[in-house]
Amino acid sequence: MKKNWKLQAAAPILALVGAAVIAGIILAATGNDPGDVLQVIVDDGFETRRVVDTLNRAAPYYIAGVAVAIGFKMTLFNIGVEGQYRLAALVAAWAGASVNLPAPLHVLFILMVAVITGAAWAAIPGLLRATRGVHEVISSIMLNSIALGLGAFLLHRWFRAPAGEYPGAVGTEVLPTPGRLPLLNGLVEKLGVDLPPGTRLQSYIFIALIIGVAYHLVISRTRFGFDLRASGSNPEAAEASGVDPKRMVVVTMVLSGAVAGLIGLNNVMSNVGDQARYTDVSVVGGLGFTGIAIALLGRNHPVGIALGALLWAFMDALQTPLSSAQLPKQITAILQGVAVLSVVIAYEVVRRIEQRQQASSLRRDSEPPPASEVAPA
Amino acid sequence: MKQKRWGVFFILFAVISLVLAGCGDDDDDGGDTTTTEAGGDSGDNGDSGSSGDLKVGMVFDVGGKGDKSFNDSAFKGLTEAAEEFDVEVRELEPDAEGSNREALMRQLADEGYGLIIGVGFAFAEVMPAIVADYPDTEFAIVDSVVEADNVASLVFAEHEGSFLVGAIAAQKSEAGHIGFVGGVETQLIQKFEAGFVAGAKAVNPDIVVDVKYITPDGDFSGFADPARGKTVAAGLYAGGADIVYHAAGQSGNGVIEAAVEADALVIGVDSNQYLSASPEAQPHILTSMLKRVDVAVFNTIEAWVNGEFTAGTSLFSLENDGVGFATDGDLIVDVDAINELRDQIVAGEIEVPTEP
Repeated sequence: MKKNWKLQAAAPILALVGAAVIAGIILAATGNDPGDVLQVIVDDGFETRRVVDTLNRAAPYYIAGVAVAIGFKMTLFNIGVEGQYRLAALVAAWAGASVNLPAPLHVLFILMVAVITGAAWAAIPGLLRATRGVHEVISSIMLNSIALGLGAFLLHRWFRAPAGEYPGAVGTEVLPTPGRLPLLNGLVEKLGVDLPPGTRLQSYIFIALIIGVAYHLVISRTRFGFDLRASGSNPEAAEASGVDPKRMVVVTMVLSGAVAGLIGLNNVMSNVGDQARYTDVSVVGGLGFTGIAIALLGRNHPVGIALGALLWAFMDALQTPLSSAQLPKQITAILQGVAVLSVVIAYEVVRRIEQRQQASSLRRDSEPPPASEVAPA
Repeated sequence: MKQKRWGVFFILFAVISLVLAGCGDDDDDGGDTTTTEAGGDSGDNGDSGSSGDLKVGMVFDVGGKGDKSFNDSAFKGLTEAAEEFDVEVRELEPDAEGSNREALMRQLADEGYGLIIGVGFAFAEVMPAIVADYPDTEFAIVDSVVEADNVASLVFAEHEGSFLVGAIAAQKSEAGHIGFVGGVETQLIQKFEAGFVAGAKAVNPDIVVDVKYITPDGDFSGFADPARGKTVAAGLYAGGADIVYHAAGQSGNGVIEAAVEADALVIGVDSNQYLSASPEAQPHILTSMLKRVDVAVFNTIEAWVNGEFTAGTSLFSLENDGVGFATDGDLIVDVDAINELRDQIVAGEIEVPTEP
């Protein structure tokens, strides 16, 4: 019954060491010196600029990880996070640029629009699963393509700023200042850290933090969270205890989509000047899929996901100094991939070891005549 | 139990070999970064704003390098400048999501690169914030305009060059039916379309021009998807067009493939695509609309090395040979007539539209 904590802690560490070794072998096999890469990581990876970059990237990764993890908790695979956040970011950025509200309300309004859009888009695969039995992997992956197409259509037709208003990519109008989130630069400088020119520490990390706390509370402290976990681990038992499985599917997808809606807005709401708007540059693609990897890395645990998001963001931030040092930046992608695989494998190995230990301890306990065979008098 | 364990090893092995195969491919593309150092110490013949060696940096857009078209043309200009002048050059490319365009530019600026060139209009999004932080560094952007005291904006009259290749296509087309494939339906690519259609109609007013874009505006995958480029072009050929002009970046390589399979003609874009095409594709390349990004880049570096860098917008048009057409393969029906059209455009007698 009791989990072996030593084993539980050893698994991720072993997995990461294994990933590093495999990455080193790959580097050596492709004619690069793993030592050079390590040098860049040590020399450049912890510079202020990279740390800020890592933190800024970690916030959306964390939110993406939580969005996916909510589905995972009841073995629902919301692969549609990608489409949900991209559509939500577009609609929210457009809505945010179209209204004028006092500062805190404006920010709240933008976030609410994003949450509602993400939830609504995620409700489609949820309803299809509950009413028609369409598997959510199929429907949500299809809806990703539709979301991209729909987003491009909406942007082109109604949401875009008039051509020529801003240089660069096509996008929505700029968010008015009350709709933007403050940067943490002042705070950090007060703490005595000198920020190099152009570094912007976004406050979006606090939104990620709030989501993390809420996720933890809902999953472990509420009736709904209990039902969710119960439906995930034993759907028959959950149903027998009065949980409506169809309702659970829809509610879980909607919640997952609601969180997903918030993934893509960090740059839009924190950028300066004309960059504070939805474009292909401010809202990058692929975060939804990254979220799947991060949820796996973090084992759906609120703290685990945070560590996974930070690790992933750190490796992404390393791409810049690695390219600059003429080292293959792809090594970070390989490291990320191998890390996920290693973590999954390591925990599977741990699970089997624990199972064996439990089985043998059970056997030991039941060596004297098994209790079940003692018939009541 | 044993079998299962071997299964895990097999999967690991498969994943590692896949990863390795991926690395190999990237290496074939020529890797990511190259540093070319031409000569030793440079003299004090520039106002690079930084002391010591003259260093020129270039940042491409996502999937840019190796497109045999727009980006490779910029790279050609950079390489030629590295050979010609006493400068150190380095070129970088952002990650697959394009999330570190700004970080890469700042990295180059921090390392003392005196001239940094952003290739592609997406850089107009991030450059205003960057250039203000590095007033002593000079910047250049290709294909868009950034207004600042230390930025040279290099823009092209693509519609003029496209007009000429439209005329070439109309001369050549036996079916009286030609096509256009755009990568992404942006204002920039619509300039190509508008010029092409106008040029074709100038030669043959009855000609049919089918226009297809791979993706709508806002979805930039259309520039980097040769498979879809091929499908779209194959559709145009099957619909009766015998010549297709593409303005689709890397996706254009798929358009060229479709031309070979349909045994029809294709018009390249930006670079002289006859030169980069395979021997079996060459007979299918009627001409290429040349957008001399290489010349623009080279001239910018030359001016900077000589201390004559000027901020502001430079337009490269037919007049200064910034755009033009290629004659390799000798497939053009009447080059003189095309040159006549060219002269008329330069003289202002023909006004080429910029919007379809």
